[in-house]
Amino acid sequence: MAAVNQHIDTLIKREYQAGFVTDVEADSVPPGLDEDIIRLISGRKQEPEFMLAWRLKAFRHWLTMQVPTWSSVHYPPIDYQSIVYYSAPKSRAEGLGSLAEVDPKLLETYKKLGIPLEEQEMLAGVAVDAVFDSVSVATTYKDKLAEHGIIFCSFSEAVQNHSDLVQQYLGSVVPHTDNFYASLNAAVFTDGSFVYVPKGVRCPMELSTYFRINALNTGQFERTLIIADEGSYVSYLEGCTAPMRDKNQLHAAVVELIAHKDAQIKYSTVQNWYPGDERGQGGIYNFVTKRGACRGANARISWTQVETGSAITWKYPSVILEGDNSVGEFYSVAMTNNYQQADTGTKMIHIGKNTRSTIISKGIAARHGQNAYRGLVKVLKSAEGARNYTQCDSLLMGDQCGAHTFPYIEVKNNTARVEHEATTSRIGEDQLFYCRQRGLSDEDAVTLIVNGFCKQVLNELPMEFAVEAQKLLGVSLEGAIG
Amino acid sequence: MLSIKNLHASVDDTPILHGIDLEVKAGEVHAIMGPNGSGKSTFANVLAGREQYRVTQGEVHYQGQDLLAMSPEDRARAGVFLAFQYPVEIPGVSNIYFLKAALNAIRKYRGLEELDAMDFISLVKEKVEMVKMDEALIYRSVNEGFSGGEKKRNEILQMMVLEPALAILDETDSGLDIDALKTVADGVNQLRSDSRAFIIVTHYQRLLHYIQPDYVHVLASGSIVKSGGPELALELEARGYGWLNAITAGAA
Repeated sequence: MAAVNQHIDTLIKREYQAGFVTDVEADSVPPGLDEDIIRLISGRKQEPEFMLAWRLKAFRHWLTMQVPTWSSVHYPPIDYQSIVYYSAPKSRAEGLGSLAEVDPKLLETYKKLGIPLEEQEMLAGVAVDAVFDSVSVATTYKDKLAEHGIIFCSFSEAVQNHSDLVQQYLGSVVPHTDNFYASLNAAVFTDGSFVYVPKGVRCPMELSTYFRINALNTGQFERTLIIADEGSYVSYLEGCTAPMRDKNQLHAAVVELIAHKDAQIKYSTVQNWYPGDERGQGGIYNFVTKRGACRGANARISWTQVETGSAITWKYPSVILEGDNSVGEFYSVAMTNNYQQADTGTKMIHIGKNTRSTIISKGIAARHGQNAYRGLVKVLKSAEGARNYTQCDSLLMGDQCGAHTFPYIEVKNNTARVEHEATTSRIGEDQLFYCRQRGLSDEDAVTLIVNGFCKQVLNELPMEFAVEAQKLLGVSLEGAIG
Repeated sequence: MLSIKNLHASVDDTPILHGIDLEVKAGEVHAIMGPNGSGKSTFANVLAGREQYRVTQGEVHYQGQDLLAMSPEDRARAGVFLAFQYPVEIPGVSNIYFLKAALNAIRKYRGLEELDAMDFISLVKEKVEMVKMDEALIYRSVNEGFSGGEKKRNEILQMMVLEPALAILDETDSGLDIDALKTVADGVNQLRSDSRAFIIVTHYQRLLHYIQPDYVHVLASGSIVKSGGPELALELEARGYGWLNAITAGAA
């Protein structure tokens, strides 16, 4: 058995394939956080008064808050005064009229990641708003989307050009007082994406953003706001990779989704940030608050996530089901290898009548990885006929990893039906041998078994993303089984 | 095709096989019979390369190659097929996808083009009919929720699609009803050819009513204690394994 584990270990070990650093002169503020820094950030971004007021309100509240300790992840305390809260590529200062003006080094970085921006416009159906460090570098497809009245731009741009929408919706799902990291984000966020889909419009393409953390010791605080007006539909893809670093990097993003009556938002994430090395050194701390609100009847919000990166993942994409008959879905694959820790899950808050939610969570832990599902299903008194189905499956590889499940269920209405199923399994020597006896290499066998395990979730991803995610699962586990 | 000399093997440091010699030529069908615990399954798994089974002595040559030096997948790609006594479930992986991945891995090893989807599907459908399997099963997850009989038919389906040079059936007949047993036998009989060999590991004689072996070997306490023609199987059926104890005792 020891030999088998060792074999699995070698399978799991592999170099992080997106680990390189782009040498770009950055326009940064000094490390540390106080009201002056926030004013500086807001000033650099030439924000309207309401934004600065909101940031300061959030900051003052944040000062009164404690770091949450209820989750199962462990890490040394973060020194928030050593973080640089704003960093923009210098060339931004000169203003960018077109892709041709983008720093060639940045474009080179994206090429290494397989996102050639010049080719984006030719690629079928994917518009990319690339965020490099904190500032959007380039936005494509904007014109085409504008024909449908769809707004897809950087958050900074939305603050300038659509401040009424921003003012109306910002913080309406994740308030500035929500939690420690969300409040920090509200105070210092520098950019992100903004989407507005007008009434009755079906967004004709998948909207996509790639985030990349580059400058050393730069916390990245993006904020994404997506509004689907009545009867509209939008599918949004978020993909992330980061270069190799020895020092842990904090990432505290906030995503707010608002689906009005009969609207649908599908939000998909493939997260491949630097997970740290095989001794547990380095890697991203990914402390993210993602929440959607189904404001009107028959609204629908689906979160799909494939999380293979980050040293620590702490996120609970949630849905508040206010409208009658509204639907919330959460499909998740979380993989932890080496010394990665994940504490992830969802909250489904049933308020409206006949609201329905589905939770499918697949946790994979290999080597020393620790994987926790933490979820809350809350049915309020008003939620007549609410239904929830939850399925949590864990797959273990080797004998030093761990899987944990923390389901919380609170039901205040006795017409509700809540189901919970959970399984834990191990990639068996039997399964591996069976595959190999049929001619598959051990790596192909692991990929096959893991992809089979994750199938229900991968099926929810848009096609091209699903292919990428399948490859990522395979690559992330090279060398991992027993 | 297969030449086994003085094969010793252990599981968890417990010696199970104590020096097996066997020659299998292309075109032959060998039955390995024996009581429970005699080492039959160990023998089958050692040939397929299962890692928990450690070969401590002896050598095995397959088509001129040192079989024991090959990885399990290379053995499979070189044409060694094991029909499992307990076929394994792989949730979320469709049977047909698994079969295609296996066939293409084997074809690639042999320098052949991957089969295109249309050719593959018609090949599989033809074989599914031959093993009298419900076609719906090829779209379900590998062996998941299959009955015992369906799992065994699935093993035979895989064998027929992969067309191995050496097929080892590890108690494929155990727990089968008579119809399924006949299907397994039909599968083997259809594949029988001058270029292919079979090793059929079984506890009971009944499968050999439908598959006529060329040789029958009796395995007891990790050694082949008696070899003969098909008539030996009948003798075992009539007399059981008890009378062999005398032979083993005498040998020891």
